[in-house]
Amino acid sequence: MSLLACVATVALVLFVIVQSYASRLAEDSQDQILQASATSILDAISIRQGGLLVDIPYSALSMLGTLSDDRVFYRIQRGNETITGYDDLPVSTGGNRSKEGFEFQTINYRGDAVRAVTGSRDLTLNSERVVVFVTVGQTRNGHEEVLRSIVQNTLLLCLGFVTIASLIGYLAVQVSLMPLREFADAISRRGPHDLRRVTARAPTEMAPLVTSLNDLIDRLRFSLARTEDFLTEAAHRVRTPLATVRAEAEVALHRVEKDENRQSLRNMIRAIDQTSRAAGQLIDHAMVSYRTDSVELKPVDVSNLCEEVISRLAPVAELRDIVVNVTTQADCLVQGDAILLQNAVQNLLDNAIKYSPSGSVIDVVIAMDGQHVIVSVSDDGIGFSDTEAERLKQRFARGDNAKHIAGSGLGLTIVAEVVNSHGGELSLGRRNAFRGAKVIIRLPHISLCEESG
Amino acid sequence: MRYLLVEDNLQLASAVADRLSLSGHAVDHASELATATAFVSTTDYDLILLDIMLPDGDGRSLLQHFRTVSDETPVIVLTARSEVSDRVSILDLGADDYIMKPFDFSELEARCRAVLRRRGGTAHNLVSMGKMQFDSMAGSLSVNGQAIVLRNKELRLLEILLGSPETLFSKARLVDRLFSYDEEVSENAIEVYVARLRKHLVNSGVSIETVRGLGYKLVPPNE
Repeated sequence: MSLLACVATVALVLFVIVQSYASRLAEDSQDQILQASATSILDAISIRQGGLLVDIPYSALSMLGTLSDDRVFYRIQRGNETITGYDDLPVSTGGNRSKEGFEFQTINYRGDAVRAVTGSRDLTLNSERVVVFVTVGQTRNGHEEVLRSIVQNTLLLCLGFVTIASLIGYLAVQVSLMPLREFADAISRRGPHDLRRVTARAPTEMAPLVTSLNDLIDRLRFSLARTEDFLTEAAHRVRTPLATVRAEAEVALHRVEKDENRQSLRNMIRAIDQTSRAAGQLIDHAMVSYRTDSVELKPVDVSNLCEEVISRLAPVAELRDIVVNVTTQADCLVQGDAILLQNAVQNLLDNAIKYSPSGSVIDVVIAMDGQHVIVSVSDDGIGFSDTEAERLKQRFARGDNAKHIAGSGLGLTIVAEVVNSHGGELSLGRRNAFRGAKVIIRLPHISLCEESG
Repeated sequence: MRYLLVEDNLQLASAVADRLSLSGHAVDHASELATATAFVSTTDYDLILLDIMLPDGDGRSLLQHFRTVSDETPVIVLTARSEVSDRVSILDLGADDYIMKPFDFSELEARCRAVLRRRGGTAHNLVSMGKMQFDSMAGSLSVNGQAIVLRNKELRLLEILLGSPETLFSKARLVDRLFSYDEEVSENAIEVYVARLRKHLVNSGVSIETVRGLGYKLVPPNE
């Protein structure tokens, strides 16, 4: 905008200059013609038989006619006595004076602005010095017309100038900003997980910025890698001793006979299980946040993924005579992180198995619903009440009816976070009016053609 | 079944070995990668339980070695590492399954059975007694040539009792082995399963006797 104002100001100044210059030029040219006309009349005055002969040459007036239809006035005087012409035409005195001695003046004559010139010539008549004055005047209509047309053209020219200058300015800015924009695009186009160094072409002036950006990326990557290592290490540190304690407790249980002691040992083992599950899920939860920020999404076949998870959990389900029925559909593709999705599905099934009575049936259905892939897990467990459904997605929230079962309260939180990070939604409901839970995950479906195209 | 247990944590290892022996399996224990490699080169194992973090290296290198020399011995990895990507890489390396530490012994047994069954089972699981034939791996029981469908708990109970005939098992012992600690079970549950098993075995000559106040024992037919 400021650029436009600048251009407009320049154009305005230019316009004023051109206008005054043009006006002067037009005046000069009229003056020259007037002077030429006056000169030719003066030259044509001769002395013949002791008198003054004034023979106004045709060209003297016709040359004035070329300019336009302006009216021409003339007056020829001998001294103060008018010989011929308009005797009320004022003589120019005290106006501009040309180097040939002609006087110019703009006067108001017969209601019009008239430019008039007066020249003189000394003649000798009967050995007496006679001064002849010739005044030629012309209305200024032609002059004004020329001026108007010049002004008009100048105005057009200036407008054109403003337009072109703005256009060129705009383009220049675009062109010079292009590399910067490309650079910014290259960075903002990256997924949230892309932590490669920036290699996009950037203007040389920006080299320091690129360097510091890359340094930042390196540091970020390093700290993410450290987080991952830390998580793994933490898991190991917590789980190994827990495994030992648990094994010892189980062995002790086989040696102990007294019922009270046995009950204590069983409680201990359950507490250990609860601790290790909580530790595992805390780490999983951290991993979800970490992976959401650092992993590239790829097409994932949800049907395959669920079948894998189910086959891995089959031995656990079998222990309690729980049957897991799975219904799949082909091409249930979503754009996602297989490991996170696996984690989410596994948490759902863990829950379902954990809360189901032995001998019951869990139904897992993977299907398409419009633009969504749906995974629903239904069990015959204790389910949840409508009021609890939302609360259970929060961290460490546990169902009021689940007090007697080991759990960390993080399972559904993990599921909800994974699903949200994939642009999907998690809903908790009941299998039917009497019992059971039905958990549904909806994830945006992608088709492979879309992916490759 | 002959198991190799590679685990550097001695308490855990002895507990696992005890439990597997209870189920009638022979267990060799190696606490280092080097020992494990030596064992493997001299003995054919039915199943290997492999810890990842060992004092002299990464258990995964052993797994990798097996699979490159196309040794197809089934391997279940015991891991305390919880990174899901680790779990995935374990399977990619050719492990048949993995179990997270700390684990429930019944889950470990269930996973072992599942892996062995998937690998095509082995004939020497078949136990014949009287008119009864039992394959613990396939989980199939037939009496007088008639196949009988057993529920998992019935199957496990039969397996335990059949593992040491004429031995007295207290209800408490049976509860320990049959149920995970997640479950709140009373010892009465055992009575229910014993009653069901007796019904299945009614014409087999094999019987389960109640020793009042003490427990149960399996009695083979009198020849």
